[in-house]
Amino acid sequence: MAANGIIYGINKNMITVEFSGDIRQNEVAHVILGDQRLKSEVVRISGNLADLQVFEDTKGLRSGDKVEFSGELLTVQLGPGLLGQLFDGLQNPLHKLAEHYGQFLKRGKTVEALPAEQLWQFSPVVESGAMVRAGDSLGTVPEALFEHRIMVPFGMEGNYEVVEIAAAAEYRVDDKIAVIKDGRGKLWPLRMNFFWPIRKPVNIYQERLSPVEPLITQIRIIDTMFPVAKGGTFCIPGPFGAGKTVLQQLTSRNAQVDIVIIAACGERAGEVVETIRQFPQITDPLTGRSLMERTIIVGNTSSMPVAARESSVYTAVSMGEYYRQMGLDVLLLADSTSRWAQAMRERSGRLEEIPGEEAFPAYLESIIASFYERAGLVRLRDGHVGSVTIGGTVSPAGGNFDEPVTQATLKVVGAFHGLSRERSDARHYPAIDPLTSWSRYQSFIGSEQREMIIKLLSRANEIEQMMKVVGEEGTSNADFIIYLKGLFFDSVFLQQNGFDPVDGVTSKERQLHIFALLEKIITSFYPFNNKDEARAFFQKLRLLFLNLNGAAWGTAEFTRHEEDLVRLLNKSSQSVDDESGIPARQAFMEQNMDSTFTRAKNTRTVKDGLPLHHDDYRGEDAGDLQ
Amino acid sequence: MMIIEGKMRAIYNKIWRVSGNVIMVQAEGVGYGELAMISAPGVSTLAEVIKIEKDRIFLQVFGGSSGISTGSEIRFLGHGLRVAFSENLLGRIFNGIGESRDKGPEFTDNLIEISSEPVNPARRVIPHRMIHTGIPMIDLFNSLVESQKISIFTTAGEPYNALLARVALQAKVDIILLGGMGVRFDDYLFLKNALEEGGALAKSILFIHTAADPVAECLMVPDLCLTVAERFALEGKKVLVLLTDMTNFCDALKEIAISMEQVPANRGYPGDLYSQLAARYEKAVDFEEAGSVTILSVTTMPGNDVTHPVPDNTGYITEGQYYLNNGRIEPFGSLSRLKQLVNKDSREDHRAIMDCLVHLYADYQETMEKKAMGFRMSAWDNKLLDYGAAFERELLDLTVNIPLSAALDRSWQILAACFKPEETGLHSELLAKFWPRDNEKSKADQDRA
Ligand SMILES: Nc1ncnc2c1ncn2[C@@H]1O[C@H](COP(=O)(O)OP(=O)(O)OP(=O)(O)O)[C@@H](O)[C@H]1O
Ligand SMILES: [Mg+2]
Repeated sequence: MAANGIIYGINKNMITVEFSGDIRQNEVAHVILGDQRLKSEVVRISGNLADLQVFEDTKGLRSGDKVEFSGELLTVQLGPGLLGQLFDGLQNPLHKLAEHYGQFLKRGKTVEALPAEQLWQFSPVVESGAMVRAGDSLGTVPEALFEHRIMVPFGMEGNYEVVEIAAAAEYRVDDKIAVIKDGRGKLWPLRMNFFWPIRKPVNIYQERLSPVEPLITQIRIIDTMFPVAKGGTFCIPGPFGAGKTVLQQLTSRNAQVDIVIIAACGERAGEVVETIRQFPQITDPLTGRSLMERTIIVGNTSSMPVAARESSVYTAVSMGEYYRQMGLDVLLLADSTSRWAQAMRERSGRLEEIPGEEAFPAYLESIIASFYERAGLVRLRDGHVGSVTIGGTVSPAGGNFDEPVTQATLKVVGAFHGLSRERSDARHYPAIDPLTSWSRYQSFIGSEQREMIIKLLSRANEIEQMMKVVGEEGTSNADFIIYLKGLFFDSVFLQQNGFDPVDGVTSKERQLHIFALLEKIITSFYPFNNKDEARAFFQKLRLLFLNLNGAAWGTAEFTRHEEDLVRLLNKSSQSVDDESGIPARQAFMEQNMDSTFTRAKNTRTVKDGLPLHHDDYRGEDAGDLQ
Repeated sequence: MMIIEGKMRAIYNKIWRVSGNVIMVQAEGVGYGELAMISAPGVSTLAEVIKIEKDRIFLQVFGGSSGISTGSEIRFLGHGLRVAFSENLLGRIFNGIGESRDKGPEFTDNLIEISSEPVNPARRVIPHRMIHTGIPMIDLFNSLVESQKISIFTTAGEPYNALLARVALQAKVDIILLGGMGVRFDDYLFLKNALEEGGALAKSILFIHTAADPVAECLMVPDLCLTVAERFALEGKKVLVLLTDMTNFCDALKEIAISMEQVPANRGYPGDLYSQLAARYEKAVDFEEAGSVTILSVTTMPGNDVTHPVPDNTGYITEGQYYLNNGRIEPFGSLSRLKQLVNKDSREDHRAIMDCLVHLYADYQETMEKKAMGFRMSAWDNKLLDYGAAFERELLDLTVNIPLSAALDRSWQILAACFKPEETGLHSELLAKFWPRDNEKSKADQDRA
């Protein structure tokens, strides 16, 4: 039934196959090499020739070698048992592969994704006679912390009647747990798992909602200044070594979501190793369970087959959509989307397509857009809400954001966390540049407050630049204090020691609390006599604040440090509203910063990573992203 | 025209196309990646199949296509590049395609193909052993870790080969693989002599492609080195692989890509440069129950530009880089990304001293700038100037050759000679334990005077 063919041409991992019979785009085929079957995927068809990307090394293939088409698209297996696993880009479980085949990834060796022998305690939630549709629950099994829903496979079209449902008992993923009947009386046996084509978004929900609820990462600069929303998207571009991977590792540990999927896409194997060796030892404070239980890793690292790297992000997002369908919040972290784009570039080059900028394919933008489009907050048909949030790192050539992948990504994401070489060189971590980064999502602080901080930082930066020319002597005391305030806010709030158990993880309550304190510090008026006095004060204040940052939330130690701080503050400052009737914040801004900020803003363009409506953080805007 | 040879391998003698180092020949039953021997009067060279279109076989000619005629003989070998793996390789020197360069015997037993299977990430372990080099700028500030892949970012004319040789001689490893790509002949002799004089040649294997050899021959050097290294590591050996200079390797890749009329991605380099480099660098590994492969490479930066595609892609792959500039390893910019895995267990003062010295050195540099701009020097500035000079003389200088513990002790001496304990910002517990007593006194005397 399925078509057959023979190899016509070979160019690295791209083969051209002469076929007879019917084949379809993105269909899976296998190249037969002795007793090995090399998985591949149709990527172009013309006449009786098809181009296939091979997910394995093509060494030793010859023209004339046999190719068997499967008629099936490239799929992932969905069912209980995905959590806690480490897969390659085609969803082969790497631990199982190691058990069977040892140290190396042998060509053509595969293992099913879900553990076939494991028993799951199934509890039916429907009875015979019930009407069901794709995505409806038939029952549940407990998996880690969750009630894992056993659902009608997503690809089943129309309405079905349940004619048989298994009794509550233990079953394996491949055991039959239900039989459903379609309108024409055809019976469909169902198991606890099914397959889904990875390139197809799952969209069997009631409606898509605007991502408005903040996703708390517990990283201050992100949550307060450049927040991420549940169901939203964000990107982290940065030069090598600037801290993209560390930032994602911290997020994968501390983000307040149900499930984290890490797509280690074409990066170092060693980084995956750190995660798989450490996560099982770390207890998630929210759940008291090992972090690994809420994590799935798709690790198609840089020396693994490039074609599988291209598919790995789809494998990851498909599993994310599956858990979203259970009403869970899923966070997908992809490191690095540039490696994925490069895999597309390699493929496109071998297909001899007309290249776009830097030899990336002309359709790069639309592919990136449709990948991020798979994020979203959705209301399911049963009324529950679930989300997939996608955050991708970008590794721009030469660290220059003015390149195709960064630019295409910036057009579609809701938040931009741009890492700067200057900040990482200065060890100011996380090295997110507050002057170029942005987010269209709402933070838990008000947008005027965010705006105030941005203005403060821009102005402080401007004064700093100026001071390099005219020296401290040429700077007014008022300007000098703004500069010190900016520096202070940066060092005690934006910078965060990710490896410190207390400072590295800042809850929302704590962020709100210390932000209020900082707001007071920033908007206060300080009658210093000279610059040395001002500098000494802020240095002292900084030390006290760092002590505070190191003290656990809700402890006597925290209170004590806070009291010390407030005492020093009250001694040296006057609140602005004591003097005039104008509300403090507004007066502070108008007097000190507005004019220069407008100038600074006008000189930036989209290429700097700033959207045209940078200060347009209206909540309803977030909905436009879809 | 086709003649059947004894071993049933066909010989072809119709070359259809020659372009750069790539030729095209019509043949049947040829495997992708297979080697062929091309012979013409006075020329004999290996070639590798890099593209197949039905019976049109494209080969990359390692020895260069110069002198190849449309009538040259092409004999397909039925296998890819292989190397005879055994202990006999130790102490030997080969060229870029694995032929003897030292007049020693050629081996034909236990031939293994170039390894292309990646290690399963599930079987890797977190690196945890430091490799001591005796160079404070490495051991103290950016420790080299067993199974790390790290590159020396430098420019032509810097003593990078001398640095490689030193690391090779001091590192306590079982086996050294030295891969040379486009090295100048005197650099080759220097490296060889250094290993010989240091008594390390017997545990070394050299694959040397010199600048005088055909360019394409350097393409196999990393693969040969890493295949052999991986085998020894599987036998439990700690292997150090030195590769100099990876920029030449990348340039050879660029040449082939251009001959194949590939659309370049960046400044003429092919779009798969990252994958090509990663396939090699990711061979660095610590096997769970066997040995390890550590890679220290040299990447010369054209125009000293770190955004050039070669250092840029390398930086995205390796686990850090050492900037070798003006004959010394820069304390800023240089980064061993794995150092935190080992410097916590070396000595309790290691991390604190490292941070403190770098911090003060940064302050020193600011002071130097101020001084250059003609600002008045404060008492603190003068202390920093003393410190900076001592730091450069006793730690930064590449000729300094002391073990880590001595480097740590020396760091305390330097601090004590220049500062009061509280000025260092170091923790009082560490100060109580490590601050040298006599110097403190002499410093106090000095201050009084
Ligand atoms: N938040 C942080 N706190 C402390 N150190 C950090 C932090 N982020 C990064 N670093 C340091 O910088 C190094 C590089 O960080 P990381 O691996 O995240 O870079 P990257 O941007 O992912 O680089 P590449 O693009 O090469 O993968 C780390 O090994 C660590 O030493
Ligand atoms: Mg990274």
